[in-house]
This record gives sequence, C-alpha cells and structure tokens, in this order.
Amino acid sequence: MILEFIKQPLPWYVAGILIGLTVPTLLLIGNKTFGISSSLRHVCAACMPAKIPFFSYNWKDELWNLFFVIGVLLGGLIGTHFLTDSGPIEIASETKAQLSALGVKDFSGLMPLDIFGVDQIFSLTGLIFMVFGGFLIGFGSRYAGGCTSGHAIMGLSNLQWPSLVATISFMVGGFISTWILLPYIFKLIA
Amino acid sequence: MEKVAEFTTKDIPTACSAPNALVKKESITSNFKYLIVGIVFGIVFVKAEIISWFRIQEMFRLDSFFMYGVIGTAVVVGAISVFIIKKFNIKTIQGETVIFHPKKFNKGQIIGGLIFGLGWAITGACPGPLFAQIGSGFLAIIVTLLSAIAGTWVYGKFRDSLPL
Repeated sequence: MILEFIKQPLPWYVAGILIGLTVPTLLLIGNKTFGISSSLRHVCAACMPAKIPFFSYNWKDELWNLFFVIGVLLGGLIGTHFLTDSGPIEIASETKAQLSALGVKDFSGLMPLDIFGVDQIFSLTGLIFMVFGGFLIGFGSRYAGGCTSGHAIMGLSNLQWPSLVATISFMVGGFISTWILLPYIFKLIA
Repeated sequence: MEKVAEFTTKDIPTACSAPNALVKKESITSNFKYLIVGIVFGIVFVKAEIISWFRIQEMFRLDSFFMYGVIGTAVVVGAISVFIIKKFNIKTIQGETVIFHPKKFNKGQIIGGLIFGLGWAITGACPGPLFAQIGSGFLAIIVTLLSAIAGTWVYGKFRDSLPL
C-alpha cells in the first residue's frame, strides 16, 4: 500500500515546494547559493583551465557544487529504479498529437528513445538534439550567468530583477525553439 | 612584479554565480551533506517527471500547467524562505550570517538567456535534469552533458570578445 503510494508521480505543488526548499537548505547548511550550471564551469576549471582567466580560480572551494550534481545523478538513479512504476508517461493530448505530426514515435518513457536513445548518438538526430542542444545550454547558461536554478529559482526568490530578465529570455528562447526551430529540425532529420 | 599584480586584478574572472560563501573551511567529508541534498533533489526530478522531454514540450506548447506550477511554487517557497532568513537573521548551522549575492544586469542575461532557452526546448532539460536523466538510465545524455561542458568552455574562452 505505502509503496504503491510512494511510486505514484508527485503532483506539481509537492515538487515545487521541495525544489523551493532547496534554496534555504543550501543557504543554512553551508551558506551556498543554489545554482547548477556553475558545476559545468567547475568541471572546465578542474579539467581544462587552459590558462583562461574565466577558469583560473580555485575550483576546490566550490567542490560542494560537484557533490550536489553527483547527488542529483544518484537521485535520478534511485528515483527511477526504486521509487517509480515504469508505466507510460501521461502526455497532454494536444502536445502528443503535435509531436506525432512532427515525427516523434516513441511515447513510452520519459524521453523519446527515437531521439535520445544510445543508438542515436552518432546520427544527425543525436548531433542536433544532444551535441548542438547541449552546447547551447552550456554556452547560454554561462553567458546569462546562471540557468533555471540560479536565475529562475534562486534569483527570483531573492527578488533580483536581472534574474527576471534572464528567466523571461529563457522562456522566449524556448518558445522560439519549440515553434520555429523544432519543425525545421524534424524536417531535417526525417 | 607590479605588472603581474596589475594583470591579475584586471583579469579576475567574474565571481561564481552559485558561490560558496562559507568562511569556515569544509572538509571533503562535510561535502557529503550536499550530495544528500542533491539526491533528494534528483529523486524529486524523477518522481515529478520534470526530467521528461515531454514535460518541457508541454510547457512550451502551453498544453499543461504542470511545469509552470512547479517553478511558480518553487519560487514562492524560495522567496518566503529568503524573506524569513533575512527578517530574523537566521544563521547557518556553522553560526555564520547568510550571504546573499545580488545579480548585476548585463546584456548576457538576454542574449545568453535566449541561447539557453533554444537549447532547453531542444534537449528538454536544463543542467539539473541533465544529471538526473543520466542517472535515470538515459546514457546518451552523457553526450549532451559533455557538450554543455564544451559550450561552457567555449564561452569562457571567448567571453572577452562577446557583447556584455
């Protein structure tokens, strides 16, 4: 009974509250400002600083951030394998219809495997959705000085108007990508 | 000697956007508490299906309130927490004053923000969910993560010639 309850998907307000509580938790257990994309910068500083000033700092002082993201990875593993029923994900019918029309075939899991499967890594699909998409995330988040966590959640929680500007820009970029770029991309890989 | 000093002050990279403001030095083992917070965070990501490419598509197609509800609630809870911490001057468990870092406006928040948004809708993930997707078993996303690290590196390399 209890296990069945635990395995159900979380409603949005529970997820929202728990994610929001990350902000005071990190502040109070160690004066840490919530932000995930900074971990990518620390990896650069640790592995390939190449004398670039932007990566020339003592990344070991920010080790907490790397522990945090490794935790997120482990949480993904634990949540998937022990706490979730592997059933098909419910998708809004309108979105499903539009994505089918674009050419998405796999609606069985959290990610469509005809786009994000391992066998797509060396295809044009993988090049666009993983390599190109990933590059935009890394480049854009650092250029913007943060991502959804640092700006949309931490920045807005601290009532920083530049973070509102960034958050609006994230959303505008996403709408452009979804409505203008994606139809073109799907035609390209069809 | 003087020249070196000048060089370093001039080229101090902008501060980390998610900085560690703790004065007290932490040992490697004390970092495990952040690992645990990360694990809880990752579980929530999976349990609420936030790591799903479909959820992000629903959001940008305005077909579902779900992600708006998640982010909206998170901001409200975060804002109330920050307000309480400031109002009552609540200290960290080490007894230090909580430090908040104001964000300065620059054009990067618009240009970089737009670029990030383009990638967000394509990959269906921001940096946090990327890690959770890999943990969830979508191993191809390691490629996305490596490419995001490469994107960060290229930004760092060329940041002086980008409009700010």
